[in-house]
Amino acid sequence: MAAREMTQNDLSQLGEVFLQHVQNIPGGEKIKLCIQCGTCSGSCPTSYAMDYTPREIIASLRAGQLDKVLMSNTVWLCASCYHCTVRCPSGIKLTDIMYELKRLGIEYGLYVQGGTTPTLSTTFLDIVNRYGRGFEAELLARLYLRTNPLKLLDLAPLGLKLLRHGRLPLRPERIKAAQDLARMLQYVQESEVT
Amino acid sequence: MRYLYYPGCSPKTSNKAYDLSARAVGQALGCELVELEDWNCCGATAYMSVRELSAFVIASRNLALAEQRGGGDMVTVCSACLTVLNKAHRYMAESPDLRKTIGEALAVVGLEYHNGSRARHFLDILVNEVGLETIADRAVNSLAGLRVAPYYGCQMSRPYGDFDDQEFPTSMDCLFTRLGADVVTFPLKAHCCGGMLMSTNEEIALRLVQDLLACATEYGAQVMATVCPLCHINLEAYQDKVNAYFGSHYALPIVYFTQLVGVALGLSKKELGLGMELVPTQEVFASYKLAA
Repeated sequence: MAAREMTQNDLSQLGEVFLQHVQNIPGGEKIKLCIQCGTCSGSCPTSYAMDYTPREIIASLRAGQLDKVLMSNTVWLCASCYHCTVRCPSGIKLTDIMYELKRLGIEYGLYVQGGTTPTLSTTFLDIVNRYGRGFEAELLARLYLRTNPLKLLDLAPLGLKLLRHGRLPLRPERIKAAQDLARMLQYVQESEVT
Repeated sequence: MRYLYYPGCSPKTSNKAYDLSARAVGQALGCELVELEDWNCCGATAYMSVRELSAFVIASRNLALAEQRGGGDMVTVCSACLTVLNKAHRYMAESPDLRKTIGEALAVVGLEYHNGSRARHFLDILVNEVGLETIADRAVNSLAGLRVAPYYGCQMSRPYGDFDDQEFPTSMDCLFTRLGADVVTFPLKAHCCGGMLMSTNEEIALRLVQDLLACATEYGAQVMATVCPLCHINLEAYQDKVNAYFGSHYALPIVYFTQLVGVALGLSKKELGLGMELVPTQEVFASYKLAA
């Protein structure tokens, strides 16, 4: 998905859209109860590598600077371990918030271009929509061709080992009802637009 | 006992031995796993990162198919599938708007979902339905002397903790202790393996895996048991990369928990998919009598 120019209007709407979406998540309204204690950041296995820690995400939202978080590496380093979610004393579902920020970033084109994780996610979606199942060989091939082709060479020995052990199918498994899946997805996409 | 079974994409491909050993262990314990016909990918963490409603829709198609087939509990061996399917199940129960939209999408293809099915992890089924006593009664090999590190990772019990503690799960500890094993202390047993970050931010994921291998080794583990195919790949297939990156020499066999139960039950190597692993297990399993 290509990035598009952000107008000032888009930017000022960003926080609002985000809050609206988050409040649609069951229990999402608890985001307002953040006490900035930092339990989320302390529990996060990857916060040490993040430009902004999970706690700072909510601080930045309050400061009207969510776009900075989106343009950083922060949300795409969330591995969905849910440690923050189960430990938050205010009951904030931080992992769901991370998902929402990822979606918002993709929707507004606000993510580091060439970043590997957004590419992985959108490619994964494309594969599942087509076959109804995941397909690791194609996923990784497309991911690295688009982001870092040399990585394919680096991973070749592992790929060969998996192949020799019967663990790397080179053809996708497809579901019979792929058409059904497509029709359901078309329905939700149309209902999201209206 | 018969359960609908949702294998998930990974146990059908790169973690085939997990699917094989789960079915074989189920059968040996009188708990047949019947594959849900024409199931689709649950969406995992990646789909949810791009589209929310669509992610819930593809997950709920599986729940609806399960309900159509009689409903109740659907068994999975993948922690990510477990969390994604049950998240869809729970959020639909909690949000009438979501239920309505997803219901409409399902209706387009003649499906319905009335919250009558949910996912359960196979470990939950073995420990809490089949029961430790039944499993121990059927065991032909004692695991005595085998030092096992049970690794639970994240999504088996987080966020929901339906059958085990969110911070310090113990189901496998109890299971393997009952089968005679010497379960080692493993403080990092519910820490993160890096998940999908192994494909996108390798250095970070390698570091997390290295922490796990170092901790298990330090406490004397001879083998680590996993409950999730993604954890398994990171710990097992990427062990060489960890060694190359950190200059370490780990050669810790990683097995699916079902393979270890299968060894106790004396099932054959073929049934358990032993031989498909990249870190050899011959040495740790050499003394056990397995079916031909």
